[in-house]
Amino acid sequence: MRSIEARGLTKEFKVYQSRSGLTGAFRDLFNRQYRTIRAVNGIDLTIEPGEIVGYIGENGAGKSTTIKMLTGILEPTGGCLRVNGYDPHREREEFVRTIGVVFGQRSQLWWDIAVKESFRLLKKLYRLSGEGYRQHLDRLVEVLEIGPFLDQPVRKLSLGQRMRCELAAALLHQPRLLFLDEPTIGLDVLVKENIRRFLKQVNAEYGTTILLTTHDLSDIEALCSRVVMLDKGNIIYDGDLERLRTQWGDGRRLILELKEEVPSFVLNEKTRGLSVKWEGEGTRYTARLEKGTTVSDVLSRLVPAVAVQELKIEEATTEDIVRRIYREGAAHA
Amino acid sequence: MLNTYLELIRIRFLMMLAYRVNYYSGMIIYSLNIGVYYFLWMAIYGENSTVNGTTAVQMATYVAVAWMSRAFYFNNLDREIAEEIRDGTVAVQLIRPYHYLLVKCFQGLGEGLFRLLLFSVPGLVIVSLVFPIHLPTDAGRWLGFVISLIFAFVINSQINVLTGLMAFFILNNTGLIRAKRVLVDLLSGLIIPIHFFPEWAGRVLSYLPFQGISYVPSTILSRGLPMEELFRYLGIQLLWGILLWIPIQLLWMTARRRLIVQGG
Repeated sequence: MRSIEARGLTKEFKVYQSRSGLTGAFRDLFNRQYRTIRAVNGIDLTIEPGEIVGYIGENGAGKSTTIKMLTGILEPTGGCLRVNGYDPHREREEFVRTIGVVFGQRSQLWWDIAVKESFRLLKKLYRLSGEGYRQHLDRLVEVLEIGPFLDQPVRKLSLGQRMRCELAAALLHQPRLLFLDEPTIGLDVLVKENIRRFLKQVNAEYGTTILLTTHDLSDIEALCSRVVMLDKGNIIYDGDLERLRTQWGDGRRLILELKEEVPSFVLNEKTRGLSVKWEGEGTRYTARLEKGTTVSDVLSRLVPAVAVQELKIEEATTEDIVRRIYREGAAHA
Repeated sequence: MLNTYLELIRIRFLMMLAYRVNYYSGMIIYSLNIGVYYFLWMAIYGENSTVNGTTAVQMATYVAVAWMSRAFYFNNLDREIAEEIRDGTVAVQLIRPYHYLLVKCFQGLGEGLFRLLLFSVPGLVIVSLVFPIHLPTDAGRWLGFVISLIFAFVINSQINVLTGLMAFFILNNTGLIRAKRVLVDLLSGLIIPIHFFPEWAGRVLSYLPFQGISYVPSTILSRGLPMEELFRYLGIQLLWGILLWIPIQLLWMTARRRLIVQGG
């Protein structure tokens, strides 16, 4: 059974448009104008058990709406959707027992009571019991290092502490599928790293499928083998991170500083047959390495002939790539 | 299943304890209300020992019982639900394996039980020492009162849930909530017992659910009702308790379908 199977998943919202000015406002009282917005436009998405998938896109691309449909909060306007074998909206109460959800921006622990009490309530809600539960809880507490503040009410915790408690709460019932909606938003580097390590561990140990939305691409780099990119309600990329780089990244750049001035045709001459483009003049040159050319290929030909003072290898970061895609839009994908 | 809901009641208890100041101020407000309405009614009675077939002692008892019962059936479910819809936390509630509205009602029950045990019962004892009220000693009447009070809680919570759910359709329903509160206090017979209303108004009210919230339980305890009438009133309360689920379910189903989570 697949973790997520969506075909033609669509969500439309009716938004009411207000007319401008006082007369407009008055007319709105009697006759409202609606406009339909397609937040998610017939997407196909299949996720196998055990995968960690990063779900990215600009603000307003439809990520949160998708997550809300996948978790049964919103009813899809159209399309087929099975998550963990359930129809999330229709069979909500049964379905939500098989998933865990963490919203980075909303707490789902009870604000005024101790974390421990929240856990106790969740234990009852999910009908957990016995030795297995105790062990699992102890392990979560130990790995996430939340032992010291289990007795404190949630409102007194720092964001990092709260986030770790949220994760523990989402995993108490050992869900097969975990949704994380911006789990590292506003956290410091150390906590982020901690959480990433923990998620990897959960995935490896329990085979938990993870779907993660984030704006922090280092999350994706650290965790995900697969990336799904959304733009204006459409999936514009679905595949592994490496392919995204090769497809969109403009290759590596080798920046050279030479001991003495060398005319550019010499360099072109030396690297003939390799797909390299040279830029610059005098002692400073930049080589763009296209597909298939490695840095050592270039260097092995250059070094015997030219004295190199310093060299630097630059690679487009995922962030650069994503920025480019957002800017240029889906046209190229 | 029951276990879960008991746990919810327990959690509400803990939360009420976390906000003790609310509890103390509530106590003062209720004592004031009982005092104010007691003296008001005694001024109306003046020299008469009976008005409208109700003795002064029965009236004083009615005031005390009605307000103490209100401490139990009253809750802020309408405001809570409306707030959760407005700020989008209702989304978080929907990823839990429970029926959101039922959970809300049990939280309300937790709150009600808290006030009943820590406030109404001791309060009633104190009031009975200060004011000349007369509480019945026969167990049958108390039993009738308890059953009727449970129904009162159900009906009041249902009306609150209905009002709260309106936030799905009118985003800012604070005005509606306030109007509802005043209306319920008046039409339920809390402020004026329903048999003091003009006859036509009394007849209209007998077709509305509000009398089941305050008038019925308070009358059972303060004046007592003949067996037959007692059962009739309990039946009407039960009927409303069932009937009101229908609009709630309809509203909830439509609301979930057109739910737009505020703020992403």
